[in-house]
Formats: sequence, structure tokens, C-alpha cells
Amino acid sequence: MNVTIGQYYPADSFVHQLDPRVKLLGVTLFIAALFTVNSFAGYAFIAVCMGLAIYATKVPPIFMLRGLRALIFILIFTSALNIFFTAGNTVLVSFWVITITLEGILNAIRMVSRLTMLIVGSSVLTLTTTPIKLTDAIEYVLGPFKRIGVPAHEIAMMMSIALRFIPTLLEEIDRIMKAQMARGADFDTGGLIKKAKSLVPLLVPLFISAFRRADELAVAMEARCYRGDINRTKMKVMRLERRDFKALWVMLVFSAAIVLLKIYI
Amino acid sequence: MLHTKLEINNLVFTYNKGASFEKKALDNVNLKIGAGEFMGLIGCTGSGKSTLIQQFNALLKPESGNVLLDGTDIHADKSRLKEVRRKVGLVFQYPEQQLFEETVAKDVAFGPKNLGLPAEEIEERVKWALDMVGLTPEMGEQSPFDLSGGQKRRAAIAGVLAMKPEVLVLDEPAAGLDPVGRDEILMKIREMHKRTGITIILVSHSMEDVARLVERIAVINGGRIVMDDIPAAVFSRAPELEQMGLSAPQAALLAQELQKRGFRLRDGLYTVEDVVAAVAQELSVNKGLNHK
Repeated sequence: MNVTIGQYYPADSFVHQLDPRVKLLGVTLFIAALFTVNSFAGYAFIAVCMGLAIYATKVPPIFMLRGLRALIFILIFTSALNIFFTAGNTVLVSFWVITITLEGILNAIRMVSRLTMLIVGSSVLTLTTTPIKLTDAIEYVLGPFKRIGVPAHEIAMMMSIALRFIPTLLEEIDRIMKAQMARGADFDTGGLIKKAKSLVPLLVPLFISAFRRADELAVAMEARCYRGDINRTKMKVMRLERRDFKALWVMLVFSAAIVLLKIYI
Repeated sequence: MLHTKLEINNLVFTYNKGASFEKKALDNVNLKIGAGEFMGLIGCTGSGKSTLIQQFNALLKPESGNVLLDGTDIHADKSRLKEVRRKVGLVFQYPEQQLFEETVAKDVAFGPKNLGLPAEEIEERVKWALDMVGLTPEMGEQSPFDLSGGQKRRAAIAGVLAMKPEVLVLDEPAAGLDPVGRDEILMKIREMHKRTGITIILVSHSMEDVARLVERIAVINGGRIVMDDIPAAVFSRAPELEQMGLSAPQAALLAQELQKRGFRLRDGLYTVEDVVAAVAQELSVNKGLNHK
């Protein structure tokens, strides 16, 4: 697994203890800020704030950067597009059909820093919040939409069940792979078509067991008279604490700074 | 001693080596298994038995020590891995969960197909393997998902048998089956051993199942082989077995208890049949004496 998204890093920090809703709001503000600001001073300011937030999480920064690895192609592609296809007045290099302008390079830098900070910043949320807390927060946010028929609780429940079963399915894959390898199956060599075909003996048993598990879970939930929609209480009630209000203040100041930057620069 | 088929020397294996949650699963394991032997490998949950059998066919790589098959290290030549996995057939726990083809016969043919055998040979082997586990050719044409639990299990075992392994390792082949299904499977395994002379390693935590079948028992506990002897000798150490979360077969315990209470039974009885016969004989002798 080389994608950091959804990988909780346990640590005892201020950010870890924050209410997940506050963190969700923080990330939303952060993303909004990234798309509001387009001056370099603005980006520098956001980067510094992000750096401070990362420092406060006590998570080794390398974990935030790991999420970028999967997106390196998109980053290169975006910057190439911007460098080569931005029209501008200050031509730096020009030969044949290729024209590179100063505006193009500046645009590329903007886009890349925007994307990088987007990924790194959101990984602060996923690294410091357990999936369960995150789905709780999402359920809360979706709450108002219940009136227009959005099944907020059910969506959150499905998300947490899906997350819960990822390790189980990984284990299952390992088990089935070994069993088929013991029968001479080969998952590593051969061309694309042969490799795709070799997945059948893995995927069929995996699907069967996934359906069986789903069925068993459904029965178990019904046997406990589970009803998602009404009158449910929570084991861990989310309550805003002192530190959450502190964080909210910081966010308010941050938002104000972004607005000022937007107006005056 | 027979010709040594499989030899495990000073094998050490650790899961998640280097991580904070690393776990030493096998600790200096030594084991020699003769060709044609029928051995039981017994240990409670988490004793390392499943890890050990994955070493037998190179699904796991030892941290130190080695595994010799017919005298050659199975990890010596990577291109021979497939050959090793053919020779050492491994039937995992709940093997029916690996069935995937439309018909039983096709599923059994998966292994031989991977070996690249000609079609007639594959067909021949499928027939043979199904017969070995007691499934009819008609069942071969059914979907594996239409079979009963015990039949599914046997179909999956046939899938490994069709590779014609020289060593067959079965991990809890009777787990989760009803008594009839369990007896059927175990009897088929015994029959297989008699008919083919194949080396069989039966892994279980149930002494009752193993007692009736095997010639030798190795007990694994905490990643170490702690006993390795004929069944009668292993079962005579019932208190030690109990400390490891295992137990001797009830028939053996009964015989030992009766001996203590003055019954003159010979040592080393452990199957129900033998104990019944011995007790009956003892009673008839006593009766004879009383009548005098």
C-alpha cells in the first residue's frame, strides 16, 4: 500500500485529540483558501500554516509526503501543460512550435504548489483521525440533508464497514493466493492478458467469501435488531472541548488572513 | 529408518521481522520425515503449525535454517519452486474456499493444467483424483457450489491430489465438518495412504482424529517441536499435553485411569476399539476368576 489516504498514524498530539468535525472544517477551510489565493505571498502563508499544523500532529512529515508518490505523474503532467500551453507576453524560449513564457512557468509553479498542498494538507486529517471518527464526522455533516432523504447514517455506516473489512480482505487475498500457488498458480509472470487471467482463481473465491461475509454480517446485525435510521445513540458522543474552541479560533484568524491577503495583494 | 523425504534443519522464522510487532513463529525446528510415513503434526492455535507447513512447500522463506526435499534445499534454485510445490501438495484449512471453476472436474484440473500436462493426462488425473476422494464422475460435472460441505472439501483435496504430490500436507482436513463428513474424509485419507504409499502429514489440534490414523506424532508448542514419537508414547504424557492446551484422546485417558484403579491393561492403548477390546478381555478374565 503506497497511498497514505486512509492510513491512521497513532500519536498523542493536540491535533489527534481534536474533534473530527473541527478537523473536517479545518481541512475544508484550508482547501477553500488554496483555491481563493493566487499570489505567491498567499501560497507562502498557507504553506507556513500547513507546516505548523504538521508540526503539531507529531506525525513524521515523511508520512504526509508519501501520499504524493501516487500523484507524481499528475503533477508532472499538470506542470508540463501549464509550461507549454500558457499564452503570455514574456517569451523566454521559443523554437519550432514550442514557446515557453514566464507566465507559463509561474502558472505551473502555482498549480503544482496548489496540488501538493492539497494532498499533503488533507493527509493531515486522515493521518490524525481514525476512520471511525472520520465517518462519525461525515455523518454529522450530512445530518441536515436527512430532511431531503439523504441516508446520512447509512452512508457513514457503509463507509465504516468498508474500512473495517479492508484488512480482512487483504488477509483473505493472501490466504487464497497461497492456496492457489500451492496448486501451481503463477501470479507474477506472463503478459498482461495472462496475468489478468491468472487473477480469476483469486477473484472468484474472494468475491464468494466477500458475499458470504456480507450476508453473515447482515444476519448478525438483524439478529441484534439493528435499525440505522431512528433513535440511535452513540457510544462515543462527539462533544466540543476547550481545545476545539482554540482550534476554531485559529481557523477564524487563518480565514481572516486569507481574505485580507486576497483583497490587498 | 526409511529414506528421508523431507528434512527441516534449525529452522527459524519471524513474522514482520524488524517491526515493533514482530512475532517469532518458529524457533529452531528440526524434523525428519521419511518417505511413505504418515505423520501427525499437533499443536494448539498459534503454536506455529500452519507456519511450519508453509515452509514445507516454500510459500514462506526461512529466516535461518533450511528445508531439504530429497536432500536438496528447496530455496537453492528459484526456478524449481514450481517443482517443489508439485512434489509437496499443501491442502490449507477450509480448502473448499479456494474452489472457483464452473465444474468440480475443471477445478481439479487447475493444478495439472498449471503443470502444463497434455489434455489426456489431465483428464486421467482428474478421474483418478476424484476417485481417490470418493467422488463420482457425475459429481465432477456439477458446480462445486452445489455439493455438500464434506463433498466440497473432498473436491478441494482432489485438486491438490491431481498434482500427484509425493508429500501431502493436510491442515485440519476435518475441521468444521459433521461427524459423518469427518469420518469420511479421514478414512479416505487413510485409504489414500495405503493405496499410494504417499507421505502424509496431517495437521490438527484434535488428538481424536489423529490418533486413529498416524504412525508418528510431532507436537509443536510455541514454535518448537516438543515431542516427536509414536502415538502411544506421546499420549502417555497426558499432563504435559494438557499444559500445552492439548489433550490425549479420551480413550487413552480412560485406559490410563482404569490402570490406576487396578485394571490390568497393557500400556499404550489409545484407540476406542483397542480400549474396548482390552477392557472386555479384562472383564471376562475377572469374571472367570470370580466363578471359580
